[in-house]
Amino acid sequence: MDYIARLLLPPQESTFAHEVDALFHFINFTSLILLVGITFAIIYFAIKYRRRSDEDTTPLITHNNTLEVTWTVIPLILILIVFAWGFSSYNTLRAVPDDAYEVYVRAYSFNWEFTYPNGVRSTNDLYVPANRPVKLVMRSSDVIHSFFVPDFRIKQDVIPNRYTQQWFQTKGPGSHVIFCTEYCGVGHSDMMGMVYALEEEEFNAWLEEEASKDIESMPLVEVGELVWRSEGCMGCHSVDGASGIGPTFQGLWMRERNFTDGTSAVADEDYIRESILQPRARVNVGYQNIMPTYSGILSDRQIEGIIEYIKELSE
Amino acid sequence: MATTATNGNALKIQQFSSSEEFSHNFLKAKPGIWNWMTTVDHKKIGLMYLASVVFFFFVGGMLAITLRLELLSPAQNFMDADTYNRIFTLHGAVMVFLFIIPSIPAALGNFLLPMMIGAKDVAFPRLNLASFYIYSIGALFTLISTGLNPIDTGWTFYTPYSTSTGTAVIWMTLGVFVMGFSSILTGLNFIVTLHKLRAPGLSWGKLPLFCWSIYATSIIQVLATPVLAITLLLLIMERALGIGIFDPAMGGDPVLYQHFFWFYSHPAVYIMIVPAFGIISELIATFSKKTIFGYWPIALSSLAIAFIGSLVWGHHMFVAGQSELAVVVFSFLTFFVGIPTGIKILNWVATMYRGSILLASPMLYALYFLFLFTIGGVTGIMLGAIGVNVHLHDTYYVVAHFHYVMMGGTVFAFLGGLHFWWPKITGKMYNEFWAKVAGVILFFGFNLTFLPQFIMGSQGMPRRYYSYIEQFQSMHVYSTYGSWVLLLGFLIIGAYLLHSMFRGEKATSNPWNARSLDWMTSSPPDEHNFPYSPVVIHGPYDYHKPESEFLLGIAGSDHHEEITVGTETKVKQ
Ligand code: HEC
Ligand SMILES: [Cu+2]
Repeated sequence: MDYIARLLLPPQESTFAHEVDALFHFINFTSLILLVGITFAIIYFAIKYRRRSDEDTTPLITHNNTLEVTWTVIPLILILIVFAWGFSSYNTLRAVPDDAYEVYVRAYSFNWEFTYPNGVRSTNDLYVPANRPVKLVMRSSDVIHSFFVPDFRIKQDVIPNRYTQQWFQTKGPGSHVIFCTEYCGVGHSDMMGMVYALEEEEFNAWLEEEASKDIESMPLVEVGELVWRSEGCMGCHSVDGASGIGPTFQGLWMRERNFTDGTSAVADEDYIRESILQPRARVNVGYQNIMPTYSGILSDRQIEGIIEYIKELSE
Repeated sequence: MATTATNGNALKIQQFSSSEEFSHNFLKAKPGIWNWMTTVDHKKIGLMYLASVVFFFFVGGMLAITLRLELLSPAQNFMDADTYNRIFTLHGAVMVFLFIIPSIPAALGNFLLPMMIGAKDVAFPRLNLASFYIYSIGALFTLISTGLNPIDTGWTFYTPYSTSTGTAVIWMTLGVFVMGFSSILTGLNFIVTLHKLRAPGLSWGKLPLFCWSIYATSIIQVLATPVLAITLLLLIMERALGIGIFDPAMGGDPVLYQHFFWFYSHPAVYIMIVPAFGIISELIATFSKKTIFGYWPIALSSLAIAFIGSLVWGHHMFVAGQSELAVVVFSFLTFFVGIPTGIKILNWVATMYRGSILLASPMLYALYFLFLFTIGGVTGIMLGAIGVNVHLHDTYYVVAHFHYVMMGGTVFAFLGGLHFWWPKITGKMYNEFWAKVAGVILFFGFNLTFLPQFIMGSQGMPRRYYSYIEQFQSMHVYSTYGSWVLLLGFLIIGAYLLHSMFRGEKATSNPWNARSLDWMTSSPPDEHNFPYSPVVIHGPYDYHKPESEFLLGIAGSDHHEEITVGTETKVKQ
């Protein structure tokens, strides 16, 4: 039984996972009985009543009301049970506790951006306090995405014109993968992230450390790397020369770029700035026009950080 | 020769014999490409549909094989994400719109429906030909779309992605839009045919169950398809003219699109599966040589499914952001589709009880169907339970579920039907040994392909991923191996059916000793289906009556003579 549960389902890492799993197993079990019964009947009939000669005659049995009623009523009872059970577990999934810790989630192709109550932001890595209800308030800035954590049994579409919500409470510290489960384009399969559930003190320490990171006093190159890591560039641009959804940053500095409209340019400060603020103005040959704009999101200092970081990667 | 009283008029009935060799075989009548292209013969139109759907099944199938090959290992293999996305979209669109929707109703339905009710043709033969050309034009549009810039939206065309992607969405949706009309007109034609052209004596209670299922399907086609047309038109307007309906950037609502889309596409699922139910009823009764158990429950449950199925579209959107009340109501209604479906399965099994069962290849397909479709059905119940659905939605579990229904269900039934009526259609027998071998291979390959998808799905593997994390690899590998086994099975079928067409043994008019009217004429049928005007006194599953009593026609008639007998006329014995 345990083996089957582990084969079929991810570990139960949220407080309500077992409730969902119980229904999953109940339906599987009932279905299996039904399937075995039907299969057995078919095989038994096929052997017992096999045709012996072309002259075989068969009895005239047109219908049987008792039987019809039986196999209407029994499934009816079963489906009502399943409905009620599914309904009650859905209620648990939807009833967000009042004291939940709130994180804002912004989805954009192809990253998850998390904003914590004290203003700290992280991309693709969601840090949460363990053993405490966490509520996600989610919105997309482009197409529809869907936030799915198999270990928690939670999933909710993230749409562009409305906030959607969901919540979970972990059973302890640990890390769990996040998938995007609403098809959103070329980067869909890579739109992954991690949930890190930390003990309360550890989590608070992390929050404070992040909050105290003062990009005003950091060297520009470090600002650049931080932006690359935390603003989602990482998901599309590598820094080791590998081509991803977008071109690599390694060796980009002062290289000649060719665009789909036939023009070309050298990757200097102005070009990089333009690429970040108006990415759709000129599109590199061999790539898709899908880079989101960072205008209004990155400060001048952060953009300059990126420029310096790209310079350094080319030395 | 007997005389029968009909509403005061006397109708003379004569017995015909099935061994007569008719000279007017429809395949030989009026040969030549031009005559085929302008034919209004429902049988020829059915065959043209059959050729098209087989071709598109091959295309869709090869696309699937490529997808499975890419998924053999976690990282990118031989195609990038963009190519993968286009291919999975085409696989879905081709299989749904070009293959499965027209497969049973338009191909087999066209061929068989008039024959089963003893009619010379459908009610509007020219409209029938028009439907085929409309379908072809739609197919052409999708081809143009693929030539220009193959779309990458998924077959569901969800907004706002479909409004923002650079691919040829308009051509594709236009194609689907146009094909919708073909579907509507075919449905309309069948409804009128069933109401108006039944042979004397063929009351609703004597209608073969295949006709009932086509009837239910036609009703859905006529009622639901226009909504798809409207939706796609709105989408085209949004893309082409910038009118904001679904795209929030223009003030629209993307969830509204999903409501519209599934309002058609959920009933469309029943357009795809209900005709399969009809085939299974014919197969099980014929090869059990026994009256179908629960004729009315089976017939009416098709209609019940058509009705309830129109009220449950919201179950595709449990996590899409619709209101919680809507979620609960849709979940509740969804379960009720399970009841008529279960009734059918149990009645079929009960039909086998004390029958005289011949495990010929069409019957084996019907039995595979029962097994696979039951799995498809119960996993549907799983997905209807909202708490569990939240976890399973948009994972491979859903992919496996609908392949068990659409492929394990519809395609297996289609194959069963194709083998069953092959002698009637072509006048040739196929090689039974190879048919059995191919069937077993398909059954095995199918389960190998899709059972692992249930497991990886409930483990959390999302659908529409071209690369994935290593944890899921073993299941993906099984699934890909399975796809090769399936390919092998289909190649074998292709080979022996082709062989049969040219070298096959000649088929008799009723090789399976069936009782319905489609078998009461030569194989292949006469140009006008029957060389006499059929009259019906027994039900299509009355195996306790001698076969000769099913070969009745109006005395002294032959196919050159127009007979006018009101279709409402009751023939009493
Ligand atoms: C969704 C994936 C994606 C994300 C996220 C993304 N980019 Fe891009 N980026 C691209 C693609 C694709 C291109 C190439 C097409 C083009 O030129 O628009 C590109 C081009 C660029 C270029 C020009 C590169 C060249 O070789 O000419 C720069 C510079 C750049 N991005 C910087 C960034 C920075 C900085 C970030 C993060 C703040 C970022 N990008 C985030 C996809 C992305
Ligand atoms: Cu996404």
